[in-house]
Amino acid sequence: MSVGILAVQGAFIEHAHCLEQLSQDYVLLRKKSDIPQNLERLILPGGESTVQRKLLHELDLFSVLKNKILEDMPVFGTCAGLILLAEQIAEESTDGFQSLPVLIRRNAYGRQLGSFSTEGTVGEVSDFPMRFIRAPYVEKILHPDVQILNLTDHHITAVKYKNQIGTAFHPELTDDLRIHKLFLAL
Amino acid sequence: MSEERYQLNKELAQMLKGGVIMDVTTPEQAKIAEAAGACAVMALERIPADIRAAGGVSRMSDPAMIQGIQKAVSIPVMAKCRIGHFAEAQILEAIQIDYIDESEVLSPADDIYHIDKTKFKVPFVCGAKDLGEALRRIAEGASMIRTKGEPGTGDIIQAVRHMRKIQSEISDLAARREDELFEAAKQLQVPVELVRFVHENKKLPVVNFAAGGVATPADAALMMQLGAEGVFVGSGIFKSGNPEKRASAIVKAVTNYNQPDLLAKLSENLGEAMVGINEQEIALLMAERGK
Repeated sequence: MSVGILAVQGAFIEHAHCLEQLSQDYVLLRKKSDIPQNLERLILPGGESTVQRKLLHELDLFSVLKNKILEDMPVFGTCAGLILLAEQIAEESTDGFQSLPVLIRRNAYGRQLGSFSTEGTVGEVSDFPMRFIRAPYVEKILHPDVQILNLTDHHITAVKYKNQIGTAFHPELTDDLRIHKLFLAL
Repeated sequence: MSEERYQLNKELAQMLKGGVIMDVTTPEQAKIAEAAGACAVMALERIPADIRAAGGVSRMSDPAMIQGIQKAVSIPVMAKCRIGHFAEAQILEAIQIDYIDESEVLSPADDIYHIDKTKFKVPFVCGAKDLGEALRRIAEGASMIRTKGEPGTGDIIQAVRHMRKIQSEISDLAARREDELFEAAKQLQVPVELVRFVHENKKLPVVNFAAGGVATPADAALMMQLGAEGVFVGSGIFKSGNPEKRASAIVKAVTNYNQPDLLAKLSENLGEAMVGINEQEIALLMAERGK
């Protein structure tokens, strides 16, 4: 199976380490020619969504990846990755993938002093360690088929829609590989 | 700082990796930097080249000016305080800065003690010329390290020297026998736990960026190939002929630092680079501030 990790900016190596532990090969995507013809999975890592979005367009990665996502290729976005997938961003416009029908709020917990960690249930996975770093949350669901995987303090922080999983927190910063496993099984 | 808070602070630095942190002095410059793809901005009153030219004592920036920049952009905002000036750091924490740079670019406030960064909730980045200096700053609570290349010069030689030194000292340490680590800790003047971490993991326990003298996409690519995990650009952008274009090119060069074809294209027609000063022409070596 061919798994790509968007590697234009941010914590992509952390996702790569998770896949290595699961004995899953991957390719790092930094420019259009890195995208394998037979790409079957895509991970969108944490980092700065504004930077990643700009580079997706300017390094010509955007349309190829967007088409694959619209063809239901499984995609997993964490933090900035979730923002890239979101159809709408509160008080901002977006030219991200817009494939996940949610309204997301960036920096929803404020600045770095608002960053925190906790544990919770994510879909079927219980006691999952969740690390929120200048994190967003989902403010509104825009389609009835969007499944809520986690609520933390009444805010939606993980969702699934078709083959797209988005988390506001960072499973890749923990040793817990259960969500990565779920993603690879989609 | 609790262990948990320190971990979250190291993790914010991880999110900045593969990115470019740009010095800005106004909300307008901050917006230009954000639009050009900066992963964070460093708010300061004067960029290092101007601090160098103006001389005199240089201090933490006006909090109102920093807050203006915080309002202007959605990416993390960093600011500098003087080495050892914990009251300036307290002020920056009070305005919820995302990262404090305890920086040799400003005039040092203390020639013996650095700030006890473990007493703060906000994260700190500190400069280092070698492994011992990096680990001492980490022991004091820094959650990110950068090279201490000569700021405001446009001359990359010192950043290169520091990055090579740190990387080769890491390799040396990794190759040591375990029973030699106590002596290594003594020589480096750092806690043995940190020496042990480097020995086992062949890397620093925090993210390490390049800083000082980066003026071109090629400079950024050079530092990334030498092992930097991201790049600070100070005077190099807003002292050049076309800041937007140069900033955007440096961002792409950091992403594709090992693609010479792309780097060639990125380096075309960027207008004038900052004039710069050679290392030998500098009267004041800022890297010698704080050890």
